[in-house]
Amino acid sequence: MLDAIGVQAIEDLFRQLPPEVRFHGALNLPAGKSEYEIVDYFRARGAEGANGYASFLGAGVYNHYRPVLVDTVVSRGEFLTSYTPYQAEISQGILTSIFEFQTMVCQLTGMDAANASMYDGSTATPEAAMMAARITGRDRVLVARSVHPEYREVLRTYTQHQGIPVEEFAYDPGSGRIDADDLQRRLDDNTAAVIVQSPNFFGIVENIREAAAIAHKKGALLVDVFTEAVALGLIEPPSDADIVAGELQSFAISPSYGGPFAGVIATKQTYIRQMPGRLVGQTKDAQGNRAFCLTLATREQHIRREKATSNICTNQALIALMATVFMAVYGKEGLRELAVQNLSKARYLANRLPLRFRAPFFNEFVVSANGRSPEEINATLLGRKIIGGLPLGRYYPELDGCMLLCCTEMSKREHMDAVADAFGADSSK
Amino acid sequence: MSAYPENYRYTKEHEWVRVDGDSGWIGITDHAQQELGDIVYVDLPKVGAKLEQGKTLGSVESVKAVSDIYAPVSGEVVEVNEALQTAPEKLNQDPHGEAWLVRIRLTAPDELNQLLSAADYQNYIGA
Amino acid sequence: MIRKVRTHINQNEPLLFERSSPGKKGYQLPELDVPAVDPVDALGPENTRDEIPGFPEVSEVDVIRHFTRLSTWNYAIDLGLYPLGSCTMKYNPRINEVVARIEGLAWAHPYQPEALSQGAMEIIAALEAALAEITGMHAVTLQPAAGAHGELTGILLTRALLASRGNPRKKILVPDSAHGTNPATATMAGYSVENIKSNDRGMIDVESLRRAVNEDVAALMVTNPNTVGVFEEEITRIAAILHEKGALVYMDGANMNALVGVARPGDFGVDVMHLNLHKTFSTPHGGGGPGSGAVAVTRELEPFLPAPRLKRAGGSWTWNYDLPQTIGRVRAYYGNFGVLVRALAYIMAHGAEGLRKATLDAVLNANYIRKLIEPYYQIAYDAPSMHECVFSDDRQAARGVRTGDIAKRLIDYGFHPYTVSFPLIVRGALMIEPTETEGKQELDLFCDALISIAREVEENPEIVLKAPHSTRTSRVDEVTAARKPIVRWKPESEAAQAPAEAITPATERAGP
Repeated sequence: MLDAIGVQAIEDLFRQLPPEVRFHGALNLPAGKSEYEIVDYFRARGAEGANGYASFLGAGVYNHYRPVLVDTVVSRGEFLTSYTPYQAEISQGILTSIFEFQTMVCQLTGMDAANASMYDGSTATPEAAMMAARITGRDRVLVARSVHPEYREVLRTYTQHQGIPVEEFAYDPGSGRIDADDLQRRLDDNTAAVIVQSPNFFGIVENIREAAAIAHKKGALLVDVFTEAVALGLIEPPSDADIVAGELQSFAISPSYGGPFAGVIATKQTYIRQMPGRLVGQTKDAQGNRAFCLTLATREQHIRREKATSNICTNQALIALMATVFMAVYGKEGLRELAVQNLSKARYLANRLPLRFRAPFFNEFVVSANGRSPEEINATLLGRKIIGGLPLGRYYPELDGCMLLCCTEMSKREHMDAVADAFGADSSK
Repeated sequence: MSAYPENYRYTKEHEWVRVDGDSGWIGITDHAQQELGDIVYVDLPKVGAKLEQGKTLGSVESVKAVSDIYAPVSGEVVEVNEALQTAPEKLNQDPHGEAWLVRIRLTAPDELNQLLSAADYQNYIGA
Repeated sequence: MIRKVRTHINQNEPLLFERSSPGKKGYQLPELDVPAVDPVDALGPENTRDEIPGFPEVSEVDVIRHFTRLSTWNYAIDLGLYPLGSCTMKYNPRINEVVARIEGLAWAHPYQPEALSQGAMEIIAALEAALAEITGMHAVTLQPAAGAHGELTGILLTRALLASRGNPRKKILVPDSAHGTNPATATMAGYSVENIKSNDRGMIDVESLRRAVNEDVAALMVTNPNTVGVFEEEITRIAAILHEKGALVYMDGANMNALVGVARPGDFGVDVMHLNLHKTFSTPHGGGGPGSGAVAVTRELEPFLPAPRLKRAGGSWTWNYDLPQTIGRVRAYYGNFGVLVRALAYIMAHGAEGLRKATLDAVLNANYIRKLIEPYYQIAYDAPSMHECVFSDDRQAARGVRTGDIAKRLIDYGFHPYTVSFPLIVRGALMIEPTETEGKQELDLFCDALISIAREVEENPEIVLKAPHSTRTSRVDEVTAARKPIVRWKPESEAAQAPAEAITPATERAGP
């Protein structure tokens, strides 16, 4: 090959690099390792984790069973090692699956159009806020304090330099739902979006219809965020929202210490040109057969550059495919049955603990620690190889002494009993 | 290919305007639609919008490009060609006729003097 | 002659919804070990939905056949060369898939106690250190989920540093050859964009740059090697021009596969940059993602990195949230951890020498392709190529054949096309990046294909213009897709009567 190119050594191909920019040393990295050594290293790191522990953590990342078919499908090289489907004629596999993904997200959320995925729920949320600002020509955003605290942090980071002030509104300390009066007080004629989450960070199912009515009365859009997608199998779809921004981690995506997950934005037909991210559309090929391709690409950065709806390019396609396979495996009945199991497990444990809020919840709930500290209870549980709930004081000072617990279909009765015992005075010691 | 009507005035940005009294119809030229290829979407202002000569009034999109449209003259939008919303392909078929974009009420008719004649425009694009 | 492929059977397959029939199931849940709750009792009728209309009902074998059949309609690296320029489609080692699925890592919850997360935290720390070494930078954050997300992080860091010096400034300079993500990012970070012209060698025109740089400029976003595959030879002078006026140099690391082990951005004046772990470090592209957009910075920028940061305390790792100058979070949790595991495994397998050798081979392969097809296609710039080479379709356009047509014809020869019509500064661009993981045989087949197509353009342009001919799906009508968007499936009865709803125009708001 060197002869063909007409050089003596590969080094000659780097002559255009000025000497002062060349790196002449050797990178300070260990020598290359064999497959066996690499597996060994990562197994050892994995063993430092929580293998064999039962967990009651939720808070945006859920421990659901992953059907084996999901991994079977996404391990196929034809999906795993393909690129973004710009060349439609040899990408119909991924394009078709994305079209199915978009359709199922619409069916779950009651929206008309969903994009091909966003990085995750936390980044889909500010993208939805920015979308609402473009649609309404307004700039102010109101976000409920019962939206995931880290999502709110990301919302602030994204919007701070775009002239989009973000203000928070209260949740009702009794019910745990949004405080509709506080929302109404803060809404004004310059509010682009009201952002609520359902089920909210406390697990409580919000009344989206009512929230939408309040927002719409002032001409603002309602953005509904979800982190626990399994709930959509059972709760009323947020059809009254204008934009839905969610996280599909619950659909067979392993917690993986926080990512990669799959976010999504869905909306009404009338707003699709304001949606960020890739979108697959149906069309025909030259023979007249149904075919799919990426469409409405003029919204995106590679065409509209500084005027694009977002800078997003790479998304989470393979992870969205996992969610797609999950939805196919569970289907209409399965998703509902799964949701009912989650609901039942959560009720079983919650019935034995002092609940902090009274509104209906799905599979997460806030409990107070009966005068003990959540950390103390968690320490007791850890001794029994159980990871307890998330102490809330760090995120909500007024909920110091409370923790957020989550039960899924994976929660075993014996472990739930152990959690209940740990709360009950000293009976667990 | 559409002919370039003598009674229209043209811009170097490939827009045309046809004037009748204080009304002006604005469109893009046949040359522009050919350069763009298949037009898939047209983004137009609302009735009542105030246009300023040389400023963006909207955009046209092909599958892989977006082009701004600039107002050839100043005026207030009195009518928008709604048919283009559902049939943007008309811009490829009849750019100088049926596929006008907006009708305006001219607010500075003197600006017309700065625009190109059909002959000058065709000269400019090398037709 | 087409040597790489022949046709083979290819299954038809309807959509999941069309395969569906009532009562079919692909799942089995365990028996509930607690009393079943009635949803309407628990949630109230107003909060409980009816069935999900249209949702699929299929069996397990339906699911596996459905997705397996779909998969056969995709091209993939596992099937052959995937020469997309600036995308670095290299082989994805399967060992990386195995280690990312190790239970203690794949099933780690981001909020589980730090004492039970030391392994995951160690992996993050090790990768941060390795990437800092490779880039010659001081510190790295792994929070951004993709390249464009890394760009946003990097420009927000730039803004934070400049603001701390008293003036965040107003604009970002972007060369006209840049990826669209660069200007889009600048807008999202609240900056205006000014384009900088390239010179006739495909590099930044230093004199135009010098004229453009003033006290309003926050940073230059430069891709190096740039999108025409050429190393910006004046990069140290360029950096000096920016630094003299108190502005920063942001490097888009999309093309870092040309530099690892050979040159370090930290040594040539870069202040902040991102890496695409899904390009340079081989994590699979998965049909469009996930990626990871690690950001590397100088010592000066470190205090502003997204929270939390890893910290060593008392012999173990802890997450430090006490960062008064941080720009805040750009994402929940700590980043695309599963992607980070794969990237670290790649770095470990290669080691210092292996990484350097990969760079050499990537550049060798690109130059080999360039040499072989240069007699048939017009090279865009004479300047030496690094890891990719860019041609223009000038000669073929004279026969009425454009880069997009040549790309479609390549499919008939068994190859995925190169990057089409990018960068924008090259008329009718063919942007070719083979990567180091291709052997001479595959490269020869690819060059033969391009040469054969060049002949076809001369002798029988129609065959190129109507390509592809051998695929199950012929040329797709993207125009109709965009004119009448159908972005979800509906039952035939509903689809037929769907009204053409008005769509809110794209420029309702002039922009932020």
